[in-house]
Amino acid sequence: MSDTAASGHIEKRRQIEGRGIAVRGDDIDTDRIIPARFLRCVTFEGLGDHAFEDDRKAHPGGAHPFDRQEFQGARILVVNRNFGCGSSREHAPQSLSRWGIQAVVGESFAEIFFGNCIALGVPCLTLSSQDVARLQDAIEKDPSLQIVLDLEARTVIYREPSIYPEPSEGSERSVAAGLPDGAQQAFLAGTWDAAGLLMESPETIDRVAASLPYVSGWTR
Amino acid sequence: MGKNLLQKVWESHRVRTLSTGQAQLFIGLHLVHEVTSPQAFDALRQRGWSVRYPQRTFATADHIVPTDSLARPFADSLAEEMMTALETNCREFGVTCFDLKDSRQGIVHVIGPELGLTQPGMTIACGDSHTSTHGAFGAIALGIGTSQVRDVLATQCLAIDPLKVRRIRVTGRLRSGSFAKDVILTIIRRLGVKGGVGYAYEYAGDAIDNMSMEERMTICNMSIEGGARVGYINPDETTFEYLKGRTYAPSNAPPNGLSNGASSGGDWEKAVSWWRSMASDPDASFDDDVEIVGGEIKPAVTWGINPGQSVGVDEAIPSPGDFEGGERTSIEEALSFMDFQPGKKISGTKIDVAFIGSCTNSRISDLRAAARVVEGRKVASDVRALVVPGSRDVAQVALSEGLDKIFSDAGFDWRGAGCSMCLAMNPDKLNDREICASSSNRNFKGRQGHPTGRTLLMSPAMVAAAAVAGEVVDVREFYDDE
Repeated sequence: MSDTAASGHIEKRRQIEGRGIAVRGDDIDTDRIIPARFLRCVTFEGLGDHAFEDDRKAHPGGAHPFDRQEFQGARILVVNRNFGCGSSREHAPQSLSRWGIQAVVGESFAEIFFGNCIALGVPCLTLSSQDVARLQDAIEKDPSLQIVLDLEARTVIYREPSIYPEPSEGSERSVAAGLPDGAQQAFLAGTWDAAGLLMESPETIDRVAASLPYVSGWTR
Repeated sequence: MGKNLLQKVWESHRVRTLSTGQAQLFIGLHLVHEVTSPQAFDALRQRGWSVRYPQRTFATADHIVPTDSLARPFADSLAEEMMTALETNCREFGVTCFDLKDSRQGIVHVIGPELGLTQPGMTIACGDSHTSTHGAFGAIALGIGTSQVRDVLATQCLAIDPLKVRRIRVTGRLRSGSFAKDVILTIIRRLGVKGGVGYAYEYAGDAIDNMSMEERMTICNMSIEGGARVGYINPDETTFEYLKGRTYAPSNAPPNGLSNGASSGGDWEKAVSWWRSMASDPDASFDDDVEIVGGEIKPAVTWGINPGQSVGVDEAIPSPGDFEGGERTSIEEALSFMDFQPGKKISGTKIDVAFIGSCTNSRISDLRAAARVVEGRKVASDVRALVVPGSRDVAQVALSEGLDKIFSDAGFDWRGAGCSMCLAMNPDKLNDREICASSSNRNFKGRQGHPTGRTLLMSPAMVAAAAVAGEVVDVREFYDDE
């Protein structure tokens, strides 16, 4: 279970735990995560069913990780470089989140996608390409592998399956992960929904607006 | 040490530094469209919030708009539902909407500049990654997701991480047949689709300085394809000349409603003076500097599944064997999807569809460049070709110049304004394995409406040439005939 604690209406998020699912490849764009035809909607409901829809259809016989039985219920998506590039559609992280993904670990993320994930409370952590490959291998070797993302310590912790004889006999591995201070703060303080923060200073907003000549009407 | 434009805009729009370390920036202009806004308006409704600065918020419909008939209800009931939601939301929250009954409707990134809403020194946000287009005016223009659309509606602010600035100087002059599209495709090919992550791109140099505003918009539009958060060009005389007299631009006439304050006369001069002051100082510093020689830029064509995978039209498709690691895997994946042979020249690749349109290349100068190529010629018999002007205003100008007739006579379908086949959320789509020569911005798998459809990005003139030849061809060959 994810270690989320509610304090008042603010939900803090320090740790996320669950099974992993690996989707390999660099530059996986948001059109692939959720094709544009599924953007014809006025709510985000039901998008979980269409995550990676075209990629899944291109893998006959349910071979795409999102279709494989052993990865159903996975919470941590492990990807490669520049994941989520392209369109700003929040429908992409929404579809992943509604499929069940609670966090993403990858080599790097496109910035708008990263921001959209944070806004939904889905942390995106970075690891080196070697560490990502090793984690993806581990997940594929043992789909039941439990992974812990410690947002406070910025680490990814899992028991690495050994090659012989049984996966469960592996050793624990703790890898330092990247998470920018701002995003980390947002999860630890429970302020990833930025609207509340932004609304705290209405007078300052109006003052800054009034100081801009194009807002104040070129009066100065 | 002087400051660059990003620093100046950042400082003048910063409300405060948030506990997360991010800046809270005031957003001077919020553009809204039908795809990324309905959930944001719903969130406002659920929380009992209003739109904080409705007079700085403008909406239009572009993505789902059919380009052949605007009869309501749309044949696509989902599109109709989105259109209705936009109309209802704008009415309920007091937001100006250039809807389908309005002669100013068009692609949001085409009409913002056209109406003079987009101005130098502003912060601009829109729930669309190609918002970077507006950077052509020296604005900091951010593409955002729906949660942030909600934030901007409710607070007129965004929480945003600091950005570094990379200056990209395109030196010298472009050669005949090379356009702004070729410049940006060349930049992305060189710096990579993730090269811009963490950066704002400042485009500079003689080749950029000599460009029209429309060409500059094409460059800034695709900043996001290079991974950059925003792209911008410093405002100059070309910028001011473009803005002068536009509906929402400052003028010495009585104010038109966008500005809050009363005009005291001389607004235009004051605006130009402020705009000029927001440009990067001559001694500004940059986090990175890149130089591209303009004269070496060739007409570019993509061969793969991201906009960084392009070659000059006279070059060969690369071989995976020449690369290593992840890059090799990417090239193999792209060639397999495209069903292209490594080492083969991209010219001569047969096309099925030609699309001239999108927020990248659907402005009047794009249509003129394409019309110059097709005039007096015919679209190849097995090619389906369409021209989708970026806005009704563009369409109107094209009609007055007779461009629609040039295209129609050649066998192009002349359509109404919208995003159309760039992302095929409306009825304009590829079928099966069709290959489309496209003036749009993304060649992602499935981008143009069919999961196995294939896209070759190129300039509008190159699309026009491909439509006539029925295959990828060097547009410069067409000019030699004239």
